[in-house]
Amino acid sequence: MDEIQQILNSMMSSATGPQTAAVAIAVIGLNIHFGYTGLLNIGQSAFMLLGAYGFAITIKEGIPALGIEPLGFAALVAGVIVGMGLAFIFALILGVPTLKLRGDYLAIVTISAAEIVRYIGRSVGYETLFGLTGGAQGIPGSQYRAPFTDLSPLGNGNSTLLEFNYTDVADGAVWVRLVGWVIGIAIIAAIVHVARGRAGLTGTPKRVAIAGLSVLALVVLLFLAPVNNQNTGVNGWFVTIVAWCVAAISTVVVLFLVKSPWGRALRGVREDEDAMRSLGKNVFAIKMQALVIGGLFGAVGGMLYVLPATVQPDSMGRSLTFFCYTALLLGGAATIWGPILGSIIFFAGRIMIIGISNTYFDGFMSSQESSQFAFIVVGVVLMLLVIFRPQGILGDKRELRFNV
Amino acid sequence: MSEPGPTTATRGDLSDPAARKSLMTDVERVPGAAKPDPILKVDNIVRQFGGMTAVDVGHLEVQRGLITALIGPNGAGKTTFFNLITGFDRPTSAGQGAHWSFDGRTLDKTSASAVAKSGMVRTFQLTKALSRMTVIENMMLGAQNQAGENLFKSLIRPIWHHQEKEIEAKADELLDRFKLLEKKHDYAGSLSGGQRKLLEMARALMSDPKMIMLDEPMAGVNPALTQSLLGHIQSLRDEGMTVLFVEHDMHVVRHISDWVVVMAEGRVVAEGAADTVMSDPAVIDAYLGAHHDTDLGDDALLTDEAIEQLAEEVAEEAHRDEEKDGGKR
Repeated sequence: MDEIQQILNSMMSSATGPQTAAVAIAVIGLNIHFGYTGLLNIGQSAFMLLGAYGFAITIKEGIPALGIEPLGFAALVAGVIVGMGLAFIFALILGVPTLKLRGDYLAIVTISAAEIVRYIGRSVGYETLFGLTGGAQGIPGSQYRAPFTDLSPLGNGNSTLLEFNYTDVADGAVWVRLVGWVIGIAIIAAIVHVARGRAGLTGTPKRVAIAGLSVLALVVLLFLAPVNNQNTGVNGWFVTIVAWCVAAISTVVVLFLVKSPWGRALRGVREDEDAMRSLGKNVFAIKMQALVIGGLFGAVGGMLYVLPATVQPDSMGRSLTFFCYTALLLGGAATIWGPILGSIIFFAGRIMIIGISNTYFDGFMSSQESSQFAFIVVGVVLMLLVIFRPQGILGDKRELRFNV
Repeated sequence: MSEPGPTTATRGDLSDPAARKSLMTDVERVPGAAKPDPILKVDNIVRQFGGMTAVDVGHLEVQRGLITALIGPNGAGKTTFFNLITGFDRPTSAGQGAHWSFDGRTLDKTSASAVAKSGMVRTFQLTKALSRMTVIENMMLGAQNQAGENLFKSLIRPIWHHQEKEIEAKADELLDRFKLLEKKHDYAGSLSGGQRKLLEMARALMSDPKMIMLDEPMAGVNPALTQSLLGHIQSLRDEGMTVLFVEHDMHVVRHISDWVVVMAEGRVVAEGAADTVMSDPAVIDAYLGAHHDTDLGDDALLTDEAIEQLAEEVAEEAHRDEEKDGGKR
């Protein structure tokens, strides 16, 4: 039981972690590309890496020309702007030659461009560049994290969410946890029931019910697997809260965007570019706007991704892009909440596989092997998903019936 | 010009068949004839695919406010011609004398979307319904100058909300007219082939075009729906729109077109009113074939005499052709 509790705890801390939120933001961007506009961008990690480099290097070095000191608040703001600026320019460079061509070309160009960015980042040949990026070793978080953590109002110490959890009821007896899990699963089942329209709710009451039940589910899950973090530390509550707030804001922005006529035009481009041209829409401009907007979300995700870690080019390579795709397809492409849900389930699921294989197959696999085994499972899951549930968890199956 | 040419003021009368007829009586029945008030003028458009010349149109004018049919055998270059003038393809002769203008605006270097914006909207031979979007979304995409399609304005709902309502009302009206209103919230991909044709036409009309170009609007549509489509096309003309359409069904062409342009092997071979152009020898030769009047399914033809007679005719024809060729040399 303790072993299971341990796995559950690490799953929960991964699911709520800042890097999960950061990837969720990048997936939100990818959703604009792939889900809404049909742009097959296989280089989202490059947008993240560029955002991270722009952010970290600007904070580390400052901008002497503008009188911005390193490691100050001004440098933090400038870092965010520079990171997004780099992603913007990158999107333009990628888009101008490829968006006039058929979709597949964008896929080829983006994956190569992402590799180019990564290799430039890890190159050691050019002294000035090496001084900025730190080559394959990257930029340690300690060199750029300070201005962000200085903003924290949370102070020092540790906090646990929820403070009131299973250990407080009958000393965390097994039956308490079992009852808790039954309740938790029942709530999730209720959400599915309501979401499928079987409870007879539609429109606003349905949305309110789902939102309420989701909050309840989160509380129950945190009760059963509480998360303990430092308030302001490397991986602490401050960066976690900021990351999830940015993810929430991003979701709302995307919600507004895709429910507008602009979002409708995006989906029109996804369905048929020629039809859109015949209706007088500037397809190139729409695709370029989508590429830039999605890339900017990627850059913001990249900045938050490196805040509790280091800017290491090899940790933000192709595999990160494929994580993003797995999370997107898991949650459901072209859905509002799919990226967030998909990222949470993806990271929690990965930790679950690692935890189970570490705990129960200890003699069979070393911990490094079990981490690799988790990637194999991720690949298999991605394949099974595309074959058996291409619309993801939240997608509408009706939409897929007309795949022409 | 001896008599005053029909102008905007007289165009309202074009819902009257006699007025349309009299308008076109003075037009010469030759390829590339000048029209009293052309909305579309095309000069020297050539499109080659490798060594094959798909389209080679010297001059063509399309009269404003009428239904003009573009007919021709398979491979005559009709659809390619459509693609060229709507900006979906570039003529090989671009920059070498190719020139076309719509409603006084030169379109030589205009993109497909800009052509549509200028008021010339097309549909496609293979219908392009936006399958994974609802019927009403399809319709609303057709509206022009939407503030909400600007990325920055799209975030602020009050800017476009009012316009959105207007567009939706207009879309509802058109859907009602095309009998699609009850399908409003269905995915376009769930519509039947004929309904998609209707949707595509209705969507094109959302932009209030001056001219609508229909590429085989009747292909794959059942006879009952054909009737209502024909009615729609005629009512568009009666409202002052110019219609240019490609069609294979001669009954349809005869029934609704005011003017017929015949293409064969990329060239315009004949022009004329629907009832007369069919008897033009160039059309019969190029398009219908010399034996178009012969019903090959008629059992009476299977008698020996009839077959002999046909064989004689063919032999005579071959002889004539040889003589003609000999004369050329």
